[in-house]
This record gives sequence, C-alpha cells and structure tokens, in this order.
Amino acid sequence: MVKEYPGVLALDRVDFQLRPGEVHILFGENGAGKSTLISLLAGAQEPTSGEILMRGAPVKLRSVHRARALGISAVFQEFSLVPQLTVEENLFLGAEPRKFGFLDRQTMRREARAILARLDFALDPAETVQRLTRAQRQMVEIAKAFRIQPSVLILDEPTASLTERETEQLFALIRAATAQGVGVIYITHRMAEIRRIGSRVTVLRDGRVIATADAETTSEVRLVELMTGRVINEIYPVIRHTPGEVVLKVEGLTSLTQSVRDVSIEVRAGEIVGIAGLVGSGKSEVARACFGLEAVAHGRVWIRGEEITGQPPRAAMQKGLFYLPPDRREEGLMMMRSCRENMVLPALRDAPIRRGLFLDVSQEQSLSQRLARRINLQPPLPERDVGHFSGGNQQKVLMAKSLARPVQVFLFDEPTTGVDVTTRAAIYRFIGEMCEAGAGVLLVSSDLPEVLHLSHRLYVMYRGRIQATFSGADITEQNVLTYFFERMAA
Amino acid sequence: MNPPSETKQEVARPPARRALRLIQRMFIHLGVLPFLLLIAIIVFTALSGNFLSGQNLTNVVRQSVYLIIVSLGQMLALLTGGFDLSVGTIVALTSVVGATAMAAASVASPDGAWLAISLGCLAGIAAGTLVGVANGIGVAVFNVSPFMMTLGIASVGFGIALYITGGVPVYGMPPQFGQVFGFGRVAGVPVPVIVAVIIAALAWVLVNRTALGRYFYAVGGNVKAAHLSGINTRLTLFLTYTLCGLLSAVCGMLLTARLETGEANIGASMPLESIAACVIGAVSLRGGVGRVGNVVLGALFIGLVQNGMNLAKIESYLQTVVLGTLLILAVIADQLRLRLIASMRD
Repeated sequence: MVKEYPGVLALDRVDFQLRPGEVHILFGENGAGKSTLISLLAGAQEPTSGEILMRGAPVKLRSVHRARALGISAVFQEFSLVPQLTVEENLFLGAEPRKFGFLDRQTMRREARAILARLDFALDPAETVQRLTRAQRQMVEIAKAFRIQPSVLILDEPTASLTERETEQLFALIRAATAQGVGVIYITHRMAEIRRIGSRVTVLRDGRVIATADAETTSEVRLVELMTGRVINEIYPVIRHTPGEVVLKVEGLTSLTQSVRDVSIEVRAGEIVGIAGLVGSGKSEVARACFGLEAVAHGRVWIRGEEITGQPPRAAMQKGLFYLPPDRREEGLMMMRSCRENMVLPALRDAPIRRGLFLDVSQEQSLSQRLARRINLQPPLPERDVGHFSGGNQQKVLMAKSLARPVQVFLFDEPTTGVDVTTRAAIYRFIGEMCEAGAGVLLVSSDLPEVLHLSHRLYVMYRGRIQATFSGADITEQNVLTYFFERMAA
Repeated sequence: MNPPSETKQEVARPPARRALRLIQRMFIHLGVLPFLLLIAIIVFTALSGNFLSGQNLTNVVRQSVYLIIVSLGQMLALLTGGFDLSVGTIVALTSVVGATAMAAASVASPDGAWLAISLGCLAGIAAGTLVGVANGIGVAVFNVSPFMMTLGIASVGFGIALYITGGVPVYGMPPQFGQVFGFGRVAGVPVPVIVAVIIAALAWVLVNRTALGRYFYAVGGNVKAAHLSGINTRLTLFLTYTLCGLLSAVCGMLLTARLETGEANIGASMPLESIAACVIGAVSLRGGVGRVGNVVLGALFIGLVQNGMNLAKIESYLQTVVLGTLLILAVIADQLRLRLIASMRD
C-alpha cells in the first residue's frame, strides 16, 4: 500500500496483516506513518496505490461511514465528537434510532446506557460532551467504536489520557473483544502496553514496515533499535555542555488552570534543559506560561534577572525569550504568506528592518535570504508561500523565525512534530548550535529518545508537577520512565 | 494508469486544450477579474456604442472614486479576517454631521466660508472615524465578531444620522465646498480623483511598506502566530477598524460635496459594493491575502458595470440584482480557484 502526500511519501509499499482475535500493535516514532496507515484502514483517506483485502476480498474504503458498515471501527487521537451535543447524541451520530421518521429518544437513551454499562464507563448519557474531561471524552470515543459489533477495531493511543483504572477496563474490553474474534490494531508509544496486551507488533519507520515480530518475546531494546534505526548516532549530535549564568528562572509557577503546579526550573546559558512527560502532563504549559501564553496564578519567571511574569509575548521577546509552538499550522505560520514574511515577522518592529516609520525592504530581503540559506530551505525560494513547502521545510521556516532577532533563551515545544528523519537531524543540529553559541534552551518534548539524547539536564513532569530531575549520565530511559506514570505509592 | 500513453497525450495535446490550460493558468494567477472585465467590455460595447468612448471612461473613473476609497478601508478589515458592514452608515453619518456643522458654522460667520468648510470636514470625519473606533473597541477589546459588531453599529449610526436630520437633506453649506471638492478640477483632473489617487498611494505605502501594514496580513493570516511573533494583535485590529472608519468618512465628505447636501440615505449599497470590489479584486474572505492595486481595479470594475448598465438603460432595481449576482459569482470563482490550485499542486 502506498500513500503519497504532496512532496511526501507518507507510506511506502506497506504490507500489513491483521488476524481475527489478535491485538496487532503498531509501533514507531512520530511521523513514521502509523497514523496514515490507520486513516487508510478506517476509510478517512484513500491509498494512492495498493489495495485493502477483508477476509480475502478486496474492499474500497471510500469513507469512514463505508468502513464502519464493513465492521471497521476506529478511535482516533483527535476526537471526532461534537462538543455541543450530549454523550448519547454523539454515540448515535449519523445512526440515530428512529420511529416514524422522528428521533426515538427513549431507545437512544436505553441503548446508550446499555453500551456504557457494558463498558463499565461511569458516564451520564445526557451530559454534553464539552463539559467532560479529556479522559471522559476518550471514553465516549471508545464507546462509539463499540456501539456496533466491530470485526476490526482500531485504537490510536487510547490510554494517553486514561487513568490506570480506566486503562484496566479498556484492556479487559479489548480481551473480551478479541475472544470473540475481533482483530484489534493498537497504536502505542508505551513499551509496557506492548507486552501486556499485544499479540504481534509491527514496527514502522519513515513510512516503511521495518519488521513484524512477536510481541511477547521481542525485547524492548530490540524494539527501540527497530524503531529508531541504526542511524541513531547520526541523528543526535553531541552538544557541548558549557553552563554559564542562569538565563531563565521559574519559581513556584502555578497556572490558573492548575495544568502547572508549583514548578521551579532553571536554564543556564549554554545548556539544553529538557522537560519530559506524558501528553497533558503540563510540560508544554510551563513553556507557554513563561512566554505569557498561560495565565499564571502563582509564581514568578525571570529572564536574566529581569522579571517577566505574566507579560505578553512581545515583552518576553524584547527580553530575549522566544517560544516555538508545537503546531506550525495552528500557531506557527501564516500558510498563505511567503516564507520571507513569515521568517521576518518577529523582527519588523526593530532596526535594521524598521527604519523610522517604514520597513526597509532591502534589509528585509537580505535577512530572509540569509535565513533561508541558514536553514537550507528547499527549494531556496523565500518568496514562495509557506503552504507550498513540505512539512519539514515548513518546520525549518518556523525555526528560522527565532533567528530573525537576537534570542538568549529558546523554548522549543515539540520541535520535530511530523517531520522526516533528515529534517529532524537538521533541527537537532540547529538546537545544538544555538546552545553552543551560548543560548539557553528549554526543550519540551513527548518524544522520549529526543529529550533523552539532547538534554544536558532533564525534568520529568506528571500531572502538572515536577517529579524528578536528572543530569548527565543519569538521563536514561529507565530512570525517566519510572517517573513518567502515576506512582503507585503516591 | 499507464504512464507511457500519458506522455504521448502530452505531446499530441490539441491547441484547444493548450489554450484552456493557458486560461487556467491565468485564472490561477490573476483571479477572476480579467475575465469579468473582458466579458463586461464586450457586452456593454455591444449594448451601447458610447461605452468605450474616452469621455465615458473618464466618467467611470470619476464615479468610481467613492467606492474605491471605501473599498480600500474594507480591504483592511478583510485582510485581518473580518469585514465592516458599517461603511455605509459611516458615509451617511459623516455626511449628515459634516453638513450640519458646516451649515451652522457658515451661518455663524457668513464671510469665513473656508473656515466653515474646514470645521465641517473636521466634524464629519471625526464623527465617521469615531464609529470606526467603536467598531475597533468592540472587535479588538471585547472580542465581538466583526459581523455582529459592525452590523449592530450600522444600525446605531444610521439611526443617529436619521435622528439628526429628521430624514430631511441638510442644506446651507457654502457653495465653494461643492465647487471645489465635488466638481472642481486641478490641471484638468477632477479633485475627487486626485484625493482617491493620494489615498490609494497612502494605502499602498501603509500596507506594503510599514510594519502595521504587515501586521494586518499577519493577524488575518494566523492570529495566533502573529501573537507569538510579538505582535499586539488587539491594537492591530483596533487600528484596522479605525482606519476603515476614517477612509469611509473621507468618502462621506467627498460625496456630500458632490451632492451639495448632507444625506442620511447615501451609502446604503456601500457594504455590499465594497466587499464585492475586494472579493472581485482577489482579496481572500479568510483573511491574509489582498493587494491595493487589485482592489482599486475591483472597484473600477463595479463602476464600469454600473455605468454600462446605465447606458444600456437597465432599471436601477435590476442593477442591484446584477451586483449581488456578480458578488456571488466572484466568491464561487475564488473557491474554484482554490480547488484548482489544490489539484495542481504536485
């Protein structure tokens, strides 16, 4: 099966088999092609070439609806729920029970209760979805997949926001489903889960199937090796650690939403400080609060001794701080404008581009040319719209924005989301060069190998709090993972 | 699919298909305007022999300046991803307040005609700009959607304009006002045209050569990215609507000079026509895309169509039907263009 996006080969001749009654785990780094593969299987997208066979017969999955009718149910990471509707309305969306052409609310309520009871989810069917927590929404999403009796169930990191107890329930459900002959495709980043519920595991890297192996007998070390590939030493540069004065200091930071609780961190010049943790652990919010993007309830933030607590981004930028957001489409770039305009945007208010009332166009041009060369923009056409470049080049343009003005402290928030290995290596080199040039770097990442390899010091967060700090040789996967999840003792 | 046969097709492509591809390219790069212009010129020349005369085309330009000025203001709002439905109200309120103030000042000091004109213009433009300030505060500070804010303000302003005049045109301005700003010429060029050229040039400089201009595009292109790049997005939005108000107010005074009365009923078609001019001039309704030159051309095109319809003796009621249809066609064409771009991206 092949899936091509403009300029990107997202899946390259992938063969994948699912047997009835097995839990087949898809394992791989971000951007390895897992999500693309399941979106093809769930009917959300169509393959460029190749075919999908169900029980030996070729099927065309033109839409999610069609896939559902064939018994393929998927739970995606991005919730496909309508926030304004209730739990039961969401469960039956597109398949509402009817009586004489009108909605049959009683049947809907009854069946919704039955589904939720079967799953043992403590949810009120009449509650509107927007009032639910993330974990509860995840439960609704799972319940939706179980509404029909699926023959293929696709779960994309379903436990990312569930508690231990809810996870247990889900696993029990998966076991019950597989006992009835349902084939489950399960995406996870968590090693422990592979062993716990997996039958087989397929490792994807750069859109290719690297190996399919038995889940119980394959060691974790081997899996990581397969996932990252032998290029691991080439991807991660060795970055000199020459800590200088403290450039970013956060003390007792608590955000208004309680997503960050009593966090204190320090970043020195010439060092890379990582924050690791699960999605939703509050690690991103720490960086955002520093840059004035999260309301601060308590605590203070200093840049090189100057307090910037609660100040807007433009004030933080004047002090030498720069935040690079995780989602370039959402917060990073103006897709319909040129690379030049995007790159120089943070620098328009100051000399040399600002000259009196006006913009110095030639200065702007030369800066954008310089930045395009610096990040190796391909093709090197800074006047083209950013939206017309590949994802990797878009990410490079985002990086270049931080070079448009003098920056002493960089806040990288998931800097390698959805980019290929080559760009990834380029971004790591970029981060390394910034650090070696004497800047302080705070690196927030859900990509564990990334923070493990790049950080000189590493904080681990769980539920808004800092659980542990490691430095130097103590930064190992084992050490970090111990603090990643809820601690039983706590 | 069979690659070799496709290459053969490429070579043996008939000239008709090549022409079609050329038209497609032009459509993608230039938008719908050149095509509409061509159609309009052919149709109206066929309907009326006078249409293409130099005299008539000068008329078109002179009649279009009011729409050009308002459309440039509208463009700023569209660039930031909003729009301004109150431009018509601003034109009307400016006219009424300006005329009333001018007439009053003229009564108070019958000899100081130019003093009265200055005071009147100042009062009118201040009133109109104030409406823009109100829009700006609503949109930027209170996060009211531009649709609701400007629609509400349009009603408020129109009510005030009617209340001030009681629905009756305001007379009593010094005759010099109309003589100079309505019908005057400098070196053979009508004064309103000169004003419009100056405003268009200033708008071009603002949008292309100042940081604020770039911020309009940034806020409309991606407001979160703009915020993260250290841009004061609220201030930018506020200035957008204030400037749109200012430009509409200038138009209001020029129209007052032309009509030689202050009227509460002028400008009713301005919101539709100015948005149409921008959209036809390839300003994106989603924000972040648009050029001053194209907007001027878009406004000129609408002026051309109105003029052509007048010459062809099409009833004014039917003219609004044509304008509305054109606006919708332009939006559809814009969608088609986006789809074409998406399909050709490889």
